[in-house]
Amino acid sequence: MGKRTPLYDTHVEFNAKIVDFGGWDMPLHYGSQVKEHEIVRTHAGMFDVSHMTVVDLQGERVRDFLRYLLANDVARLKNPGKALYSCMLNEQGCVIDDLIVYYINDQFFRMVVNASTRDKDLAWIEKHAGNFGVSVKERDDLAMVAVQGPEARDLVHEVIDSAKQQAAAELGQFFMAMFDDDWAIARTGYTGEDGYEIMLPGDQAASFWQALAKAGVSPAGLGARDTLRLEAGMNLYGSDMDETTSPLESGLGWTIAWEPAERDFIGRAALQQQRDAGIKNKLVGLLMENKGVLRNHQKVLVEGLEAGEITSGSFSPTLGQAIAFARVPATIGERAKVDIRGKQVDVKVIKPPFVRNGKACI
Amino acid sequence: MSNVPQELRYTKSHEWVRREEDGSVTVGITDHAQELLGDLVYVEAPEVGTTFSSGEDCAVVESVKAASDVYAPVSGEVTEANEALTDTPETVNSDPYGDGWIFKIKPADEGELDDLLDADAYAEQIAAEE
Repeated sequence: MGKRTPLYDTHVEFNAKIVDFGGWDMPLHYGSQVKEHEIVRTHAGMFDVSHMTVVDLQGERVRDFLRYLLANDVARLKNPGKALYSCMLNEQGCVIDDLIVYYINDQFFRMVVNASTRDKDLAWIEKHAGNFGVSVKERDDLAMVAVQGPEARDLVHEVIDSAKQQAAAELGQFFMAMFDDDWAIARTGYTGEDGYEIMLPGDQAASFWQALAKAGVSPAGLGARDTLRLEAGMNLYGSDMDETTSPLESGLGWTIAWEPAERDFIGRAALQQQRDAGIKNKLVGLLMENKGVLRNHQKVLVEGLEAGEITSGSFSPTLGQAIAFARVPATIGERAKVDIRGKQVDVKVIKPPFVRNGKACI
Repeated sequence: MSNVPQELRYTKSHEWVRREEDGSVTVGITDHAQELLGDLVYVEAPEVGTTFSSGEDCAVVESVKAASDVYAPVSGEVTEANEALTDTPETVNSDPYGDGWIFKIKPADEGELDDLLDADAYAEQIAAEE
């Protein structure tokens, strides 16, 4: 038996197919992964993401600490509640994890990091926090539910009290509102659709889920979450980047804040060296026009020679075609081939995303 | 519980087999197999006229989640492939023993059919797997 979120029994009640996900017993789907995907693109779906790690960082110098810890610059966060996507790098300029950091106030930031990287992340954060007098507190008392889709916000508003409703309705993209210490509603997500990620006390999660279901939000599993994020052009840690790859070769160059030049952050020197030497590889999108499915680790061929590898491959329910991310030479052209069980299949090289806000964008 | 029709024969690798009056056999994947795979999005059926030995991989079914080989339940020549699955692979999920059939094969040795599992033996096998 793996670790279980406060919603485990609810998933079983909703007929989830439960699988092991990095040590957690999580719902893969509730009957049909493809239908759940389509519901999020057209209506509203909800995901249990309570396995993810919420970390509260507090202290007088918390901003200085994060400006050193993260490759993106929290100095860009001017307004309380605003969120920022960043990589946390090692000294080699490679990715320890990707995360979202929320600016609550000048002494208080919240980070959400991946579940599978929890232990090493906490160790790394704590190792550096001490020098800045910053306290690190994991919020394992909180559950997290992502409600995503064109109808998601309206349906959430139906099941929360009027104070939360008003604050949520006023939220801009990538902003969070916090209520007391134990409820937070963020207009963020991992699907390419509008919606919320909601943190709440674990013991309220099941009743919240039931209320959302009653309001018309459909449960969606990790299977749909993966195809949604792939269509939306969002990286998955451990597949598309890890501790051996730099953000510069993972399609994440845009998350590195090079300016101001005097800001020192972990991995900066190594990244600078890579940039000066020239980046050999990049992460691209692949679209297969023939029938079939692209899969992780299939080889990408350019002019008959093995040139790269698929890091995330699947079938796009929205497009009805196979799509993938692949790490390939930076010089790649508009076409390539993929080796599928010994057959060389044509693919088109494109710049992600494939789908945003319910619409194909390729 | 998965559906295991009494009148069919089965393989350990989750194919079902039905004897037809013209001497060929129809092959598909079982209800249990389609449930494990989830939503199918691609079926690569074998080419008509190809010969396979029993146990040889001859077709591929792919769900969003995974690709899985389909093995020839008996040795023989493929006489027909279900072309409709090219456009509607999800039929294998909705009707695995009917319109979701994958190919027909003409057995080289009808005796091989006797080596296949009957419904009770197959039901026992999948119960043991769970």
